[in-house]
Order: sequence, then C-alpha cells, then structure tokens
Amino acid sequence: MTLKVNGNTHTVDVDPATPLLYILRNDLGLQGPRFGCGSGQCGACTVIVKGNAVRSCITPASAIRDEVTTLEGLAVGGKLHPVQQAWIDEQVPQCGFCQNGQIMTAKVLLDKNPNPTDEQIRTGMANTLCRCMTYYRIQAAIKRAAKARA
Amino acid sequence: MSDLTKIPPHIEQELSRRNFLSCAGMLAVSFSSIAPPAFAQGSAGPYPDPNFRQLDSWIVIHQDNTATFHVGKTDCGQGTGTAFRQMMCDELDIAYDKTNLIMGSTDTTVDQGGSGGSDAIQVDGWPMRRVAAEARRVLLEMGSQKLGVPVGQLTVADAVVSVKAEPSKKVTYGELIGGRRFNVALTGGDVNATTGTAKVKPVQELKLVGKSPQRYDIPPKVDGSLKWAVDMKAPGMVHARNVKPPVAGAKLVSIDESSVRNLPGFVKVVSKGNYVAVVCEREEQAIAASRQLKVNWQKPDTAPFPASEDLFRYMRAATPTSSGRPVTLGDCAAALAGAARVLEADYEIPFQGHTALAPAHAMADPSNGQMTIYSNDMKSYGMRDGIAKFLGMPRDRVRVVWMEGPQGFGRTAADDAGFEAAWLAKELNRPVRVQWMRHEETAWDTKGPAFACKLRGGLDAQGNLIAFEYESQACDHNHVGYNEAETVLISQLMGTRKSPPNRGGGAVPDDSYAIPNRRMVSHVVGLPLIWETPLRTGNLRDPNGPQVTFASESFIDEMAAAAKADPVAFRMKLLTSGTGDDSGFKRARAIACVKAAAEAYGWDARPAPKRVGSGEILTGRGIAYSFRSQTVVAEIAEVEVNRRAGHVWVRRLVCAHDCGLVINPEGLRRTTECGMLHSLSRALKEEVTFDTEKVTSVDWTSHPTLTHLDSPARIDVVLVNGDPNPNRPDLPHYGGGETICKPMLAAVGNAIFDATGVRLRRVPFRDARVLSALKAAGV
Repeated sequence: MTLKVNGNTHTVDVDPATPLLYILRNDLGLQGPRFGCGSGQCGACTVIVKGNAVRSCITPASAIRDEVTTLEGLAVGGKLHPVQQAWIDEQVPQCGFCQNGQIMTAKVLLDKNPNPTDEQIRTGMANTLCRCMTYYRIQAAIKRAAKARA
Repeated sequence: MSDLTKIPPHIEQELSRRNFLSCAGMLAVSFSSIAPPAFAQGSAGPYPDPNFRQLDSWIVIHQDNTATFHVGKTDCGQGTGTAFRQMMCDELDIAYDKTNLIMGSTDTTVDQGGSGGSDAIQVDGWPMRRVAAEARRVLLEMGSQKLGVPVGQLTVADAVVSVKAEPSKKVTYGELIGGRRFNVALTGGDVNATTGTAKVKPVQELKLVGKSPQRYDIPPKVDGSLKWAVDMKAPGMVHARNVKPPVAGAKLVSIDESSVRNLPGFVKVVSKGNYVAVVCEREEQAIAASRQLKVNWQKPDTAPFPASEDLFRYMRAATPTSSGRPVTLGDCAAALAGAARVLEADYEIPFQGHTALAPAHAMADPSNGQMTIYSNDMKSYGMRDGIAKFLGMPRDRVRVVWMEGPQGFGRTAADDAGFEAAWLAKELNRPVRVQWMRHEETAWDTKGPAFACKLRGGLDAQGNLIAFEYESQACDHNHVGYNEAETVLISQLMGTRKSPPNRGGGAVPDDSYAIPNRRMVSHVVGLPLIWETPLRTGNLRDPNGPQVTFASESFIDEMAAAAKADPVAFRMKLLTSGTGDDSGFKRARAIACVKAAAEAYGWDARPAPKRVGSGEILTGRGIAYSFRSQTVVAEIAEVEVNRRAGHVWVRRLVCAHDCGLVINPEGLRRTTECGMLHSLSRALKEEVTFDTEKVTSVDWTSHPTLTHLDSPARIDVVLVNGDPNPNRPDLPHYGGGETICKPMLAAVGNAIFDATGVRLRRVPFRDARVLSALKAAGV
C-alpha cells in the first residue's frame, strides 16, 4: 500500500489492517509518534491528517486516504513550527516522551482556534496525557505560540 | 577496548553513526561535533568498566577546543544533564556550548550508580566538580610549560590559557591536549570520593552555576530527532510480547503453540517456568499473537491478596514481617495521659502505580558473543550486573547503553523488560525488542507501598502540642528495585528467585518540630502472595514520603484546628520553640521555607476551617511541610470544592523550596512544578484496585491520572536559601526532586478541610469519596 507522509510517498508491504503507528515507526523510521497505550487514551502516537489530530495506534493504515504529518514534518525549511519554538522557549518537557502528542494536538487546536481561552486550551488538550505533569507549562506554551502566530 | 579513550569519542561517534546508518537504512541521524550523541555503539566488546581513578574516563578535550564529559548518571527528565554540564564547565573554565555530556552507558561512563534518591547534584556533583577542577589544573601546568611562564602568572577563560600580563601569549586547551589522553591518575576510595589535587572553586567564582541555560535535550525532543530507547533497531531484530498469568500466582500447565503457529510473521513461543513470551517478525504481529496464544493456567489454591476494598483491614490485622526501632523522645504515654486534649486519627494511602506514560521496553543485541541492552533504565549499572548474573555471562561481556525514555518515577529501578529482552536475545541468538502492553504495565509495574497510619496527639491547656504518637503499617514486604537478578519479574516467574525476600521498609515523619514527647514506629506487613505478584512494591518517587507526610502533616493540621490556631502559626511555633539544629541547618531552613511559602501565598492568619459558605463552590487553603535528606520544602494548595459534585480543583499552588546552592533555577522551578503535580495526581486520582485474583486498574480509565483539566491556574515556586550564611564559599548543593512530592497530599487535604470543615483521611480524593464525606458531614 501507498502512504504519503511529510511530503514523501512511500510504498509498504504490510497488512492494511496494521495500525498506522507501527508502519510509521518500523517501516518509515519515524520517531515522533510513539506507543503509549495502544488504545487511543493517551495521545503519544498523535499524527495530523486533514487538519485533525489522529491517534495512530488505533487507526488502521487502510483508513488513511490523505497525507500524514508527523512531528518530524512540522518544521518548514529547517525552521521550527511556532508551537515547537514555544515549547523550547517555555522549556516545557521533563522526560519529553508524551510531547509529540502534546505538540501535535496543540498545533491542531491553534489551527482551528488561533486565540483559545484558558478553558478552551484545557478542554482541547484534556485527553492528551503527560505523566511528568508538564501541563502548566504546556498551557503557557500554547498561549505563547498563539501570541507568536498572531 | 580497555576504556573509552582509546578511540576518541568523536571518531567513535562517527563509527556509531556509520554503523547505525548501515543497519537502519532510511534513518538520517546527524551529529555536530558537540551535539550529544543519541547512543554509543562503537565497539564490539568486551566492555570492562571505565576506571574512575583516571581523568580520561571523565573528560576528553578535542582538537577543536571542545570537551566531552562522561558521567555515570542518567537524566530522568529533570535536566540533571544540563546541571552537570554547568558545574563541570565552571570548574574547567570552558563555555557551556563548547561541551557535551554522555551519561549512564556502562562501557563509556564510570559507574556512579545511575539515578535514584535525588542524589545527582547532592552526591555525584562533587566528584564531577573535582575532576573538572583537576583537568583545569593539569591544563594550566601544560600551558605553563608551553608558554614558558609560571602557573601563577597565567589566567584561563573559555578554554584558553593566557599570560595575565601579556594576553596575546595564549594557548587553547585543544592545542594543549586535544585528541590525546591526560594519563592523570585520580584518588579516592570510591567513585563518590574521586578527586585530583586541585580544589573546587568557591561558590562566588562559579559563573554558570546559578544561571539557567536552556536544557540541551529539549530541542531534539521537540523536533522529533532524538533517538529514544524505544527507537532502537538492529539487523535481524524480532519483536516479543509477554503473556502474563491471568491470575496472580497461577502456574503454567500447557501452551498450545498451534493457536499462533500459522499467524503471519510467527517466530517462536518461548517459555520457562511461568514466564511466557511470543516472538514475531513484526511488532503488530507479536501483539496479535500474544493476544491469541492459548495458555492453560492453573489458579492458585488460595487467594494471592485481599480485594482492594479490604486492604486496610487486612493490613491492620496482619502480623508485621518486620518493625523499625521506635523513635522516642520524652515519655509519650505519660504526656498523652496528662494532656488536656487528645486526638486520634487513622490515615490510609492505597497502593499507587508508577504507570509511566509508555510501558517497559528494551532492545537486546547478542552480536559478537556479547550482550548489549539499549534501555532507559535509570540504574543502568545495576541492570548490567543483574543481567550478567541472570544470563550467567561474564560481567564485561554485558553492557547497557542508556537512552532516554518515559519518566518512570523509579519504575526502571526494576527493569523487567531489559532482562526479558536479554534473555530472549540469548535464547534466539538474534536481537530482540520487548515492549509491554498498557494493561500489562499498569497492572504489573512496581507499586508504591500502601500505608495505614495511626496518630495520636496531645495538647496542653494552652494549646501547645506536647505529645505526638505515630504508628504505621506499610505493605512493603519484598520491596524490589535494584535490578537484582533474582527479583525482577521474569526471574520470579521462572522460579529462579532468591530466598528470603527483601524485608521492605516503613518510615516515620520527617520534620523539625519541637514536640517534647514523641513515639514513632513503623511496621512492614506482607500480602499472602510474595512472589510473582502484580502487587510487588518498588521505589515510587520518594518511596514512603508522600504516604507518611500525608498522615503526619494532615494530623498536625488537626491538632492546629483543635487548638484553634492558624496552621502556619501553629507550625512556626513548633519550629521556633526548639533551639537545636543539624549541620545542614534544617530547622533554620524549615522556618525560612514555611515563612516564604506563607508570604508568597499571601497567607492571612486564622484558624481552619473558615466559615463554610453557602455557594456551590467552597474555597480553602492548606499548608504542609517536610524535608528529605537535607532539602526542605513547604507547600500551599488553594482548592475549590464543588459541594454538589464532590469535585476538587486545586487552582493555585505555592512551593518554597530549599536545596542549598541552586545550579539551574529555571530547571529547578519546572521540576518543582511537575513534582507537585505528580503528587497532586496521587492526592486526587491514583489508586491501584484489585479483586482477589488480579489487579483491575489496568489503563488510563481504570487508573486515572491528572490531566490538563486539573492543572492549577497559577503555580508559584520560591527558591529559598535559608542557610544562616548563604554566602559561604562552600555552600552545599542538595538534591532537588523527591522532597517536592512529600507534602502535597496533606496540603490538599488540609485545604479541603479549610474549605469544608471535613477532614479526609484517605487518598485519593476522587469525586465520589469527597461527595460522600461532605454528605455525611451535612455540608
């Protein structure tokens, strides 16, 4: 089957029912999306498809018709996406393992709502878990990114 | 290769990079000369320990006048790597961005034990500072010879030695020794005592220490370029998944391999004792096969443990497996008998899981007759020793390459997946990657021990606390957590375990209160099933502190309320009425922290509870304080309690934190924020539940965690230095992390009491529990 990821088209020989996550990681060598729960509960595997945050651990590859963007595909021409830059400026991560999901979900949130309220940020990010509990800084970084993009 | 310096690191990195690119094909990894390498894969073994008494084992100066530091620690996400670099750069006199730092890989960094006990800065920072100071001394001597000027007439800045009186006469570190060995012997009875002859700089001369350079590990974590332990691959690698007993203590009767033999990619079912794993070519195939494999298990004759709702009854009735020596002062029984008022209360803290965001994982490669384990194990050295013993391999043929992973709060101190990957790799003689599944991790990871605590306190007629009695049962018999070959889960399941089990440990409160009569004692109790159990205890981020401090600091608040005293004033009186102090000035610093927290919060003195309002949302504030080792913290929580839903939102947190000399203030602030929220999650959400056969909290629904919805609106962190002489040149740097986790449960409980007048003595404060307590009290 054929997948377009981060601007490149790939042909992979796998069972189409395979969750997208394992193809991205094991066939295409991408490291942004990661396994956290395998059941769509935590968000560590998040990718973006058609402007939506998609949990690749529960999405069969056969369900993907459009281009997939992973964390590696956010930067343009070597310049980090404003959300990524805000993550560095705010020094958000502790271990950083969940931050793929946090950044990708925040990017989609801001694309859909460039100036979210505190409440909209909390609600929009509610299902993306961080066990280091960097929530406070993530929320600050989202506000910082919103300002940078304004 | 006898030590890392035979191949210069930058060449080794290049070899590694080539090695990796040739086997991983499509992955592009780039290293600049000073970027931290994601992993080291340069040599074919064997892998003897780097000698900590050789300067070359710690510091390598490159020809381009950059330096690489090698330290035997791991960074669990608190930015300790950045802090180590700051300390070593300061002592060596080199710019931060001209250095990199390699951590925790058993063949390239000296054995400093990996991580644990929040001792990285407090203990391991000292040898790092001393060896960097020694390197500077040696380089100055070399510069003196080169420039023909006595050392006393030289100065050094940013890795350039120059003549004070004639600055144009200069030579760089790189020119002096770049690419060559120091060959300087160090001394010291153990790694912590490692030293040369140079003295470390006085605090006042440290330039980077106390500043906040950004963490070097964050950009590659944000742009997706970091290679984590979960990302490691090797040619011919296969994927394994475990099949755990469905009932704790069940025995394997038979495996029907035909149930999976025809699945695509099937390689093998491997089992020994009660350990079962399925191996397939691809990851998703291994997952599918592990779900489909038919295994016949025999349930144990007796229940492995009581159901979680009966746990505390069981613990209180159980005969202790061991007891700590009572800590006594004065005559507590007599003081209680003569007290004007006596209070008694029971506090309960259930088992709480480590529940790292990603399950246990590792990749093991048996190439060249060696065994290399790529792992996020925080104690990589212990894991190397444990795996060597477990596999019966010589120690120097096993190495652990530490790579980043999900923070586990101590979970990886018992690194099951690393042992499993290594054992499977040896059995199959090919590289094996193991990862646990979510339900497996949440059910079977190590647990923080449950505590049942009984407290009694006595007030005199003036409201002074004159007696304090504490007695606890900790369900901690057979505590694991040091990667022993006999105690990791695979070893237990295989029956190759040691006897007798670890005693475990209880704990008593840590405070500097002057209470004239005390009796504090802790007991350890065990569950019926000791081995092969998902309720095995391990080191959960200050293993006993949050539990004990929940009980003690909540009870201090109860005593303050009984005395109709303001909770801060009541504590200050207990702290200031004593006069003695320890060498680290813990009492003086406790006073400073409680004061600083109250000031930062804007605390108005009054007894708790405040008058309960009539609206739907009740608000209140609570304080708690404790210390761990020499680090002191005081924390204040401000809550909103929804009286109709029972929901608690902590809208503001304050922490006054004193760990002596602060290396990186912004890094410490973030660690403090996150550590408080981790304990807030334990206060509000987390509990391991089980029936009489198995753990029933197995994912993020059944074992909930704090989410973005629960994040406070405001957090203030005040870095206090309460040392009576904070300007002394030898001001110590203490550990930052785990102390933060201790007072939060009590601070929240105290705030709920302030808001509602209802005292909650059992965590977590989930909505249903809070609502039922409010209703029972008529609030």
